Amino acid sequence: MSDVKARIAVLDYGIGNLRSAEKALCHVGADAVLTADPDVVRDALGVVLPGVGAFGACMRALRDSGLEPVARAAATDGRPFLGVCIGMQMLFDGSDEDPGVAGLGLVPGRVTRLPSTVRLPQIGWNTIERAHASRLFDGLDDPAWLYFVHSYAAEPRDSSVVAAWCDYGRKFAAAIEMDSVWATQFHPEKSGDTGLQLLRNFVAACSATAPVQ
Amino acid sequence: MLKVRVIPTLLHKGFGLVKGVHFDSRRAVGSPMQAIKVYNLRNVDELVFLDVTATLEGRGPDLDLIDDLADDCFMPFAVGGGVSTVDDVRDLLAVGADKVVIGTAALERPSIVREASDRFGAQCVVVSIDTRRHDDGTPEVFVRSGTQGTGRDPVDVAREMEAAGAGELLVQSIDRDGVMDGYDVDTVRRIADAVSVPVVASGGAGIFEHMAEVLRDGCASAVAASAMFHFTEQTPMEAKQYLREQGFPVRI
Repeated sequence: MSDVKARIAVLDYGIGNLRSAEKALCHVGADAVLTADPDVVRDALGVVLPGVGAFGACMRALRDSGLEPVARAAATDGRPFLGVCIGMQMLFDGSDEDPGVAGLGLVPGRVTRLPSTVRLPQIGWNTIERAHASRLFDGLDDPAWLYFVHSYAAEPRDSSVVAAWCDYGRKFAAAIEMDSVWATQFHPEKSGDTGLQLLRNFVAACSATAPVQ
Repeated sequence: MLKVRVIPTLLHKGFGLVKGVHFDSRRAVGSPMQAIKVYNLRNVDELVFLDVTATLEGRGPDLDLIDDLADDCFMPFAVGGGVSTVDDVRDLLAVGADKVVIGTAALERPSIVREASDRFGAQCVVVSIDTRRHDDGTPEVFVRSGTQGTGRDPVDVAREMEAAGAGELLVQSIDRDGVMDGYDVDTVRRIADAVSVPVVASGGAGIFEHMAEVLRDGCASAVAASAMFHFTEQTPMEAKQYLREQGFPVRI
């Protein structure tokens, strides 16, 4: 592992609060930078796709910013990649929130609305149930408390990509893992010590991929 | 199961935090950065920061201050006071707020709620409904830091704000503010029954039993408290321990 801080690119496509992820990554020792520059993203050891707000607005902003191919490349070239909240949802084929807007289509499945039997959005802390071991969860309590803010949640076609489940109105995918692609419906950057530990694990995964100097 | 949240509220005026009574006669109680650091260490569920005189003084949000505070805030951070345009919402989110609390502007121009919700998502749009009871017990919604009545019933306003796209309602009692003798359970309950978005009860917490009361009888999703946490020995963690003993789901 390199002593040099891991350079992590947080994709800045100009929507909502994208600063929190950058601040939290820096806090756990990464050299995180909020950027819209494809060259910076290309040279980073790891890439984070944050997202808040509505699915359609986020997808449109990602496309308008020209970062869609950059995000797609980052999620498929083997570097550690982390999608957060809408950043997780955008990896899927599409969302019932904005049915006319296509997602990135990197993870088969759709994003659907949580049942109206519960108060929506889910705003608050909830526990996750691990589906299988993941390095993302190293050092976390089990069950771990994470902070959620959402009304929609992903339904992966292949449930083996689910790293952790959560239950609110129905069981839904709280985190997914596919090779070097991770994504969380919850906000690790807003989940106190637990979330910071998860980000530390992601940073460690990024550092581990650094070329030996 | 989703847990009930216990939320310290920081009331800010000019250069420091204040404690008010009935939304008035506020006095300084400390520095906001210090408070944020303490609450970060205490791993609280969420923080609400309200610049309580911004609207009255015709100011917008203090973006530099919020930017500084957000650097050290690894918990959900809701910010309000002086938010009068969708650009204010955008700017606050850009410097690190997770949610923006809209008060006066939401009542005077509900389109701001609609537009902010469409652009940034309902989850970050909190509408503050400040209520005061008349002598006969009739509640009325007030704006401009409690100085101006609207003639409207809190439930009507709550329904309108939910329809406009608010993701959460912060129901504050002006009469109970800073008095620490219990929440306005009845108003919170009427609103919680009328809307499906989460309702945060604010104003009046003095002892933990007040929190249990407004969660149980008022059907609130969360309880906010300011004076209780800043002026007594009681902490958010102790509040949650008490609530757990009473059978409420909380994050400990």
